[in-house]
Amino acid sequence: MNTAYNREMPNRNLHHYAVFTACSTFLLLIAGALVTSNQAGLSIPDWPLAYGSIHPPMVGGIVFEWSHRVMAASVGFLTIVLASWIWVAEKRPWMRWLGFAALGGVIAQGILGGLTVRMFQPPAVSAAHATLAQLFFSTVVAIAVFTSAWWQTPVTEVDDSGTPRVRSLAVWSCVAIFLQLILGAAFRHNGFGIIPHLIGAVVVTILVFMTAGALKRRFPGVAPLRNCAKILHMLIGVQLLLGAGAYWSRIYAARFPQPIPVMVTLTVIHTVTGALVLASMLVTTLISYRLVAVGSLVGKPATPREQVA
Amino acid sequence: MKTSKLGIYSLAAGMFAMAITGCGGKKDESAEAPAPAASAPAGKMVDAATAGEVTGSVKLDGAAPKMKTISMAAEPACSKGRTSPAMSEEVVTGDGGALANVVVYVKSGLEGYSFPAPSGAVKIEQQGCQYHPHVVAMQVGQNLDVVNDDQTTHNIHPIPMQNREWNESQPPGAAPIEKSFAREEIAIPVKCNVHPWMKAYMAVLSNPAYQVTDKDGKFDLKGIPPGTYTVVAWHELYGSSEPQTVTIGPKETKNIAFTFKAAASGD
Repeated sequence: MNTAYNREMPNRNLHHYAVFTACSTFLLLIAGALVTSNQAGLSIPDWPLAYGSIHPPMVGGIVFEWSHRVMAASVGFLTIVLASWIWVAEKRPWMRWLGFAALGGVIAQGILGGLTVRMFQPPAVSAAHATLAQLFFSTVVAIAVFTSAWWQTPVTEVDDSGTPRVRSLAVWSCVAIFLQLILGAAFRHNGFGIIPHLIGAVVVTILVFMTAGALKRRFPGVAPLRNCAKILHMLIGVQLLLGAGAYWSRIYAARFPQPIPVMVTLTVIHTVTGALVLASMLVTTLISYRLVAVGSLVGKPATPREQVA
Repeated sequence: MKTSKLGIYSLAAGMFAMAITGCGGKKDESAEAPAPAASAPAGKMVDAATAGEVTGSVKLDGAAPKMKTISMAAEPACSKGRTSPAMSEEVVTGDGGALANVVVYVKSGLEGYSFPAPSGAVKIEQQGCQYHPHVVAMQVGQNLDVVNDDQTTHNIHPIPMQNREWNESQPPGAAPIEKSFAREEIAIPVKCNVHPWMKAYMAVLSNPAYQVTDKDGKFDLKGIPPGTYTVVAWHELYGSSEPQTVTIGPKETKNIAFTFKAAASGD
């Protein structure tokens, strides 16, 4: 078995580019949420052109929909470059495939976006478009983590003697958050009522608190894990408040003939904070797998992880 | 690597959840076999010599909800020329609680008769970034002309359940959009996604015995042959009324009234 450690310096430029792509994707999520909250999803009836050209009249809801399409194309281009760069520069085969997966994700997103227009926003397609957006964002965030210098340098593992293991808690929290995002998207696009999403919120809150609590209690001296716990606690608290506010604002806004700013603001922030919650839990999961070993001795310097699958 | 298992679990969960969200919601019109037009089967023609009428009025019992002001500040072309603020048109009342924009129609009793689609078109206009009229009614197969009188771009997007959905843009000065609907449906919501406050309703009926009330709340359904009929009133907020059964003799006029309760909508 080859245990030789790849002592090449991590590619800092690739890492910075991955971070830039992740930030751009986050802005794209905001743009997409603005389209939905402003009911502008079908303001451009054709796709991929807009009013038969590449630059439509910029009036009303067209501004939101067109901006979203332009930003989506930009993120698509960024992702092509990212996947290509990873393919050329990375020695880890699984990273190459992850870059490829990100590229596949953004292409699928483009197709789903076109289908929402061509099929007049059926709830299943719109919800799938919203969900894949979150998944794609998390994928790019994961790439940013994997290309970081921290990930590619040796670490000292710590033992997790608690039950359930933080690794398991983190993984199940990720799954629960992802399902909650699907339920939220389905509610937002009129596929479901609010009840499943409320039940999901309870489940997610319990799991996130269990995970963050375990991290704080079991690894108080491990800065990355402690910071993950703080971020998770903060995000879940904010997201619960935003969820309540967003729901109240939707009920209040139903009396008005058009989307009102308070409803647009709260629903958009709630949507993108959901993406941050998923990405944060994913990062927590990755860090847990990097730092926390099940069954090894406390403080034993770990064998540097194999860079080759 | 364990993260690959995480990815697989997430993907499986996502696919499962997306399959669930596919349940319910809008039906897939592209997969639906087209139903025959309601007025297609050959039937007898109405004898004008014996046809009668159903007249009446529609009222709102209780205080009408206050309509909201529409903000068109983001679109100067919409508020140009306006002397008063635009108001939503969900509930429009006249004197004495008369209720406007109610579609009154014969729901049953005319099935044995044949009603070819009228040759004239029904028109809906976009003026001051609002639809005029707010509620329009037409017969199955009758032409609908959509006109843009504004100096801004609109898209007109009916959202039917029984008919084929469409969504078309209409720049200023463009020719009228000509469409028709193949199936009875009461009523089809219409919106403009460029200007989200723009809403209208289109009722598609299988026979010509219908009318949309004005602010006086009155209706007069003409050309009804002798017989027994079910008449219904529909309002966008208050829904469908209890059906009323009317029996008409030769050349007879019957008078009925509909009342919607304001409190029933949760106002």
